[in-house]
Amino acid sequence: MTMTDTLVAFDDVLASYDPALGLEVHVELNTASKMFCGCPTEFGAEPNTQVCPTCLGLPGAMPVVNVKAVESAIRIGLALNCEIAQWCRFARKNYFYPDMPKNFQTSQYDEPICFEGFMDVEVDGETFRVEIERAHMEEDTGKSLHVGGATGRIHGADHSLVDYNRAGIPLIEIVTKPILGAGAKAPDVARAYVAQLRDLIVALGVSDARMDQGSIRADVNLSLSPKGSGVLGTRTETKNVNSLRSVERAVRHEMSRHAAVLDRGTKILQETRHWHEDTGVTTSGREKSDAEDYRYFPEPDLVPVAPSRAWVDELRETLPENPTARRARLQAEWGFSDLDMRDTVGAGALDVIEQTIAAGTPPQAARKWWLGELARRANEDGIEVTALAVTAADVARVQALVDDGTLNDKLARQVFDGLLAGEGSPDEIVAGRGLAIVSDDGALSTAVDNAIAANPDVAAKIRDGKVAAAGALIGAVMKEMSGQADAGRVRELVLEKLQ
Amino acid sequence: MPEIPGSSGARGTSARVEITRDEVAHLANLARIDLSDEELDHLAPQLSVILESVASISGVAGDDIPPTSHALPLTNVFREDVVTPGLTPEQALAGAPEVEQQRFSVPRILGEEA
Repeated sequence: MTMTDTLVAFDDVLASYDPALGLEVHVELNTASKMFCGCPTEFGAEPNTQVCPTCLGLPGAMPVVNVKAVESAIRIGLALNCEIAQWCRFARKNYFYPDMPKNFQTSQYDEPICFEGFMDVEVDGETFRVEIERAHMEEDTGKSLHVGGATGRIHGADHSLVDYNRAGIPLIEIVTKPILGAGAKAPDVARAYVAQLRDLIVALGVSDARMDQGSIRADVNLSLSPKGSGVLGTRTETKNVNSLRSVERAVRHEMSRHAAVLDRGTKILQETRHWHEDTGVTTSGREKSDAEDYRYFPEPDLVPVAPSRAWVDELRETLPENPTARRARLQAEWGFSDLDMRDTVGAGALDVIEQTIAAGTPPQAARKWWLGELARRANEDGIEVTALAVTAADVARVQALVDDGTLNDKLARQVFDGLLAGEGSPDEIVAGRGLAIVSDDGALSTAVDNAIAANPDVAAKIRDGKVAAAGALIGAVMKEMSGQADAGRVRELVLEKLQ
Repeated sequence: MPEIPGSSGARGTSARVEITRDEVAHLANLARIDLSDEELDHLAPQLSVILESVASISGVAGDDIPPTSHALPLTNVFREDVVTPGLTPEQALAGAPEVEQQRFSVPRILGEEA
């Protein structure tokens, strides 16, 4: 049932409607063990190798809360300016779906551990305050593989295969209040919110924060109201939008689709929508269940969580600098342009550049290596620049060797070759590959003499005062020295000999 | 509905609970219990009586008795974030009706995708 929806051009949507956004972001925590049992949480393990009676929901198994997950939840809440509950309970969310073998998901219902917070989101220099309604603790579900269908999707499948490794991994679900007044910037605000939230999660160190691996997943709620009416319209919830770009596209698409439905005088159906990354459209999922259909009730197997104020204060002390503030501070300290900074952040290289600078490298040099040579190589391998086998200390050492004249940029690149090939430290590679610039004037002098002898025409020009011609001789010398010479010193020698 | 002695405040006043036939049908559907029309006719009034009986407890509880969900007066029962041995895949799958690719094989899932 894939029919193409009619869409209204984005500008026309805004002429008639005000969008209201809401975002639900699930963050998979990076605890070593699951939320309620000691099973490991490694990503990508063989199916059903990280399971036990508790996360399989076998009779008699008793869950016990992972204290680290509670800590992470509280730290996320504090970083989002939330209140932390004095006392709260887990609840069973009952539904029949084989992704949870228990037939319920342990979650929180009307007593979230964190509530009433906010995050200020910047879009093009304008600040939008996104109010946070709640952040609650729950557990992830298993993964289903649909077999027999054409595309691995549920439609047309004749049976499904379930792997429960992921079932029970701690999740924090962060829910915003409706975000109003973003207008034309609604898609950008949605994207910026998720991006800033991800940065915050990274800074807190509570999750791998890999959207591509599903450790951060966003559900995008959207509704339109007639312009200026202030009445919230019926919303749809687009599930599992798993990249920042998709968050923006999904909002844009739903705005255009809602407008077309409303323009026809028909009603928006309150439902979940599936996001299709490839085509950039959503399709109808299921009609949204009312909360009461989940028949939530307090989880009898888990006692309430009552974080003491002393514990909360202690956790507050562990909060990192706000990423947005930190970025502004570092940009000022380093003298980076807005573009430099955007590139740095975009490449995920902020931390590693900070470490490189802390190890003594001038900011521009640190940026040049990480965003130039190293980013290019990472890109060739299809990995993040920080995943290369090169550390901040390595880059700082290489730059120090350039600064003291041991290496030039070309030789430095060969040191990176060596580092990536696992040949040891920069100094070991310089020694092992014999890369250091030859500062022995005897050897250089011989090479210069050879170049002059081989290029009599050029030599004659220089003798006649055409200093610009020296480049050709310098090039010849550098070639003979396999690049291991200081070009400035070669130039001096050439001119000494010919003038 | 007779006044229940000792009841006070909002909580004590509403021992009257009704559950309609439609609500029972809806709950049965949510719980994946296939009930015939006759069974619904039979069960709906019975459930109303049961709910009323249970609700009378709230008439006994005064304002000094907080609603209680747990029998134990405990909070903050935690475990450290430490990995402990679980089951082997063979053990985990031993009770599965069907196994394929080291996974639990389940019938076609209709209607919704998580």
